[in-house]
Formats: sequence, C-alpha cells, structure tokens
Amino acid sequence: MTVDPTPAEPILRIRGLHKRFGDNHVLRGINLDVMPGDRIAVLGASGSGKSTFLRCLNFMEIPSEGEITLEGTMLGRALRDGSRDYPESTLPAVRQRIGMVFQQFNLFPHMTTLGNVTEGLRIVQHRDRATSEARAMQELTRVGLAEKAQEYPARLSGGQKQRVAIARALALDPQLMLFDEPTSALDPELVGEVLGVIRSLAEEGRTMLLVTHEVGFAYHVANRVIFMADGIIQEEGPPDQVLKAPQNPRTQAFLARHKQFEF
Amino acid sequence: MMEYNWDFASVFMSHEALVVGLIGTLRIFIICLVAGLSLGLVVGLARYSRRRALRWPAAVFVEFFRNTPVLVQIFWFYFAFPILAPFDISPLMAAALGITLNSAAFSAEIYRGGITSIDPGQWEAARAIGMGYLQIMRRIILPQALRRMLPALTNRGIEILKMTTLASAIAYGELLHQARLIASINYNPIEAYTVVALAFFVILYPIVRATYALERRMAKGD
Amino acid sequence: MYEWDFTPVIANADLLLQGLLGTLAITGTALAFGLPLGLGLALGRLSPNRALAWPAGFVIEFFRTTPPLVQLFWFFFALPILIDIRMTPFLAAAITFSIQSSAFFAEVFRAGIVSIERGQWEAARAIGMQRPQAMRRIILPQAIKRMIPAFTERSIELMKTTTLVATVSYADLLYQANELAQKTFRPIEIFTATALIYFTVIFGLSLIVQAVERRMAVSGDSTVQ
Repeated sequence: MTVDPTPAEPILRIRGLHKRFGDNHVLRGINLDVMPGDRIAVLGASGSGKSTFLRCLNFMEIPSEGEITLEGTMLGRALRDGSRDYPESTLPAVRQRIGMVFQQFNLFPHMTTLGNVTEGLRIVQHRDRATSEARAMQELTRVGLAEKAQEYPARLSGGQKQRVAIARALALDPQLMLFDEPTSALDPELVGEVLGVIRSLAEEGRTMLLVTHEVGFAYHVANRVIFMADGIIQEEGPPDQVLKAPQNPRTQAFLARHKQFEF
Repeated sequence: MMEYNWDFASVFMSHEALVVGLIGTLRIFIICLVAGLSLGLVVGLARYSRRRALRWPAAVFVEFFRNTPVLVQIFWFYFAFPILAPFDISPLMAAALGITLNSAAFSAEIYRGGITSIDPGQWEAARAIGMGYLQIMRRIILPQALRRMLPALTNRGIEILKMTTLASAIAYGELLHQARLIASINYNPIEAYTVVALAFFVILYPIVRATYALERRMAKGD
Repeated sequence: MYEWDFTPVIANADLLLQGLLGTLAITGTALAFGLPLGLGLALGRLSPNRALAWPAGFVIEFFRTTPPLVQLFWFFFALPILIDIRMTPFLAAAITFSIQSSAFFAEVFRAGIVSIERGQWEAARAIGMQRPQAMRRIILPQAIKRMIPAFTERSIELMKTTTLVATVSYADLLYQANELAQKTFRPIEIFTATALIYFTVIFGLSLIVQAVERRMAVSGDSTVQ
C-alpha cells in the first residue's frame, strides 16, 4: 500500500465518546482520528476503559454519547434530543467493515477451521460456496494454517485458534481491524506466532487498533500509542514519545510498573 | 394367583384392533412431538426476549401449562372448547391440543437452559462478523445448544409418548383404548393390559437406555 | 359471543372442594407409601447383592417407563382377577401411585446417595462402620438434604398425575368436575374453574417450596449445589 502524499480523510473519526453502564461512567469523552494505515496501540490498566472503547467502535457496546464517523459517514441516527441511536438492523453492515479479534478467540466449535472463516462470507455477504472457500483459503494461508482447514477448533492450540480468528475477521475485507488483547489468553510460548501475524498485517499497512499488554510489541509495530486511564486518553503520540519519554504522570506510573518489557 | 390361566392368544387374535391402536398412538405422538417441541422453541425464545410484550404472555403460558394436569387440559379442550369454537373438536384434536401445549411449556424451559448455556463469546463473535439475530440463532447457537439439550428433549419425547394414553379417556382410538375394547369384549383384561404395558416398555426402554448413555457421553465430552 | 356464568361453579363449590380433598387424599397416600418404598428400591438397586439389585432395578425401570394410566387400568381391572381382593377406585389408585411414585423417588434417592463423595464412605469404613451403618448415619443424612428440591418437584408431579384416577371413577377434583359439567351443562365454566383451582394449588405449592429452599440456602442448610 503506497502512502498517499495528499492529506487523507480519517477512516474513523471519534468525537466526544461517552459510555455509561448504569451509574458507572466508563468512557468520559474520547476524541480520536484513525488515519488509513494507522497502527494504534491502546494501553492502560484494567478498568481504564480500553476494551470498552474498542467495543464501542464496532458497536458491541452502544455509545451513550458521541459521534463516530466511518469513512465520512456519521454512524447511527440522530434523535430529537441530540443523542444518537444505533438500530440493530444497521449494525451488521458496519461490522463487516470493522473486524474484531477477541481475547478468547470465540471460534465456532461446531464448524471446521474453513467453516469458521467462510461463515461470514457465505451467510453475511451471501457469496457462493466456491468463492467463499477460495477467499477463506487465501486468508488461512496468510496466517499459516492452510493445512488445518478441515480441523475442528478443539484440535487446535490457542495460538492456532487465534490465528484462525484473525483469518475469519480478515476474510470480510474490513477497512479497520480491532484487536482486543489478542494474546492475553495465550500461553507465553504461543504468543509469538500470533504477534507475528499481526506484525505482518501492520507491515502491509492495515489500519488497526490494538489493545495489548505487550508493550515491547506495541513499540515496534505501532505508529501511534494511546494511554488510557479513568475513561479518557491521557496521552497520545508516537511510540518513542509515549513509551520512552512519557509526559503524563499516569503514563509514567503505568510504564514503571511494566518494566519487564524490552525495546 | 397361580390358578389363573394366562391366555395371551385371545389378545393376539384381536391383533387388528391392536394395530389400529398402535397407529392411533403413533399419529398423536408425532403430532404432539413435532408441534410441542417447535412451539416450545418459540415460547422459550419469547420468554427470555427483551420485549415485554413477548415475555409476559410467554411466561403466563409456561407457568399455566406446567402447573395444570394434562388430563384437565384435555378435558377442557374436549368438553369446554367446542362450545366456544365455531368448529368441531374431535378427540384427536382435543388430546393433541392438551398434550402439545403442555409439552411446549416444558420444552420452553429446556430450550432456555440450553441456549443460555452457550458461551456469550459465541454471540459476540457472530455479531462481530455482522450476523443478525436469526442468523446467529440458526447457524451458531441452536446447533450447539441442541446437542446439549438432546437428553432433556428426548426425555420430553418419552413423556409425550406416555401421555398419549390419556387420549383414551376421551375415546381416541390409541393403544390403551383399543386394549380396553379388547378386554371388554373378550373378558381378558389381564392379558390385554399386560400386553400394552409390555409394548410400551419394549419400545421405550431402549430409548431410555440410549438417553442415559448419551448423557454420560456428553458429561465426559463437555 | 359466549356468555360466561360462574354461578353453577359457586353453587357446587362444596362438591368441588370434596373433589380437591379427594385429590389431596390420594396424593398424600401415594406419598406416604411411595417414599419409603422408593428408599427401599433405591437401596436395593445400590446393593452389591445382585439378587436384590436386579429385581429392584427392574421394578424401577418398568414403572418409570410404562404409562401411569396403563398401570392404573391394570391394577383396577386385572389385579382383582388374579388376587381375591375387593377392588375399589381408591385402592387401585393407591397401589398404582404408590408404586409409580416410588420408582421415581428411588431414582432421586439413588442420585442423592451416589452424589456423596467416596471420601465419606471411606471415612466411615475407616472407623469400622459396616455398610448399613454408614448408609444410615453418614450418607443418607447428607444425601437427603440435597434431594429435597427433586423430591418436592416429584411430589408436585405426583399431584398432577393423580388426575388419572378420574378415569376409574375415583372422586377426585377432575372426576367431580366432569360430573358437574354433565349435570349443569356448563362445561366451560366448570372446567375453567377446575383448571384454575389446580393451577392455584400446584403453583402455590411450588412457590412455597421455592421460598423454603431459598430460606434454607440462606441459613446455610443448602440444598443448592
């Protein structure tokens, strides 16, 4: 993917994003522009709202307030009192353009690997079987699991499952990928194979947001790092700044606690 | 007790009547099995829907038909309903209505248990690739849930088969009714009813054993 | 549009009440005999002695698998020919439902007993207890508490199943309702009222049972696993 010299439009523009769960005000006003090709690492302690933030972007959680604009179109429907609602029937179309990979993989256990990857293509995008399988095999080859196409998830290791999950999300050709702590549930020796796939996607220029604890990986792969605490973005900038020379005391405190990474 | 001369031949001479009864039993069984388990799925989904307009009627339905005896429901449909309804109610219809509604109420709870036992992550992953509610139910949730619910649903099926005998109380020609007929004509109630009891046992017992085996296999597999 | 008129129901409320008492009488009798018989069958089935285990197992499986109405008819019509006894609807009902419920209770007992960890057995044997002693003093007391929800569920099932006795003219609530419906020519009101009475009694009992179970769970005497 060549970098366009003219100033591009953001793929995703987020303004004033708030999310409340009852009395719990988890997201307190997030503003962010995600440009094409951005690889944004989202760091923060548990409870900082980083997962909730990601889940609002593909409407797994419905924002309480705020505007989300995807490729120039503001999502949702404006209501008379100024807020927005997001009818369920409109969400599948949005979710095909934003892929998500979960911490717990969430593969469909009653389908083969190939079945998992073709499911979105066939059932959601209504493609025929041959096209879907060809496309699915492309993605499975990319993540290095073509030979496991006929296996059931129960027979795969954690790392393999997560790579299948990535293939499943990629198969729909999303404009943006969301990774919600993709390696947190993996045994340490399996983390590398998944990070390797994510890294290759980053090198291709895929736009992605990555919530992770792997700070070292974030340093090498991301072009922007966000640090979240108390429901807002405390600090944002290139990895060299945020990770090596953080300005915000919260960021400093967080990184001090995670000293074991290596750059 | 030993002086009695068991005479099963007299029962088997009336084998045509028995076959009629068997067909009658099968007919009402299949109607109630299919209708009851299908309606049960709809009611089960409605019972735990987010919309109150669906939830409340479903809840009332389930509680009412689980807590009233089937025979009362059958009598109501046979004796009371025809006066309200503009059409005739045959014994088959009345019995089928009673047993079906009863089974739907019980199976609604089975479906609820099965569906909620599926990891919420499955819903998430399916939504994340853009699937809608019906698609998710049909392709992801129900296929997994049905496997888990199979023992309980099979038990329901067994109960339904046993309940078909209640239709004899309103003179529907199933197996027990035919046996009663044979007994009254040939004065051999012992043999007649023993044959029927054995028939049910021979048919149901292997299914019951298979269900136990299925439960054990699933307990290990999960 | 049908005109509902519940006055015949109210006028004959005493007969319906008698019927309800009849229902309770047969349910109570079946419970009184079915529970101990069920325990006996369960212990028999669990016995290492095959001469006990097999017959017990057969009785349990047979009475759980065959339809209760077939059993009732057999005891009402067939048994008096084999054995010289005066058969009444109540007696047939009592025998049928005692045995039928005992088969289901036996499975509840068995599941409860089997659910007690082997460690309890081993501890009892280690201090020198024999099997019957261990069963009586260590296993059963713990098992019974766990089984209470299943028992109450089965008992409520039993109350519903006893409506079958109406078919052999035992004067339970359904039988009275049927008689009344024919007498007053108002089956809709009579049967609707009857269904509501059954619902109230059965639903009410299950609510009470749930409340009791919740209280027991709170107090630490948990029946919840």
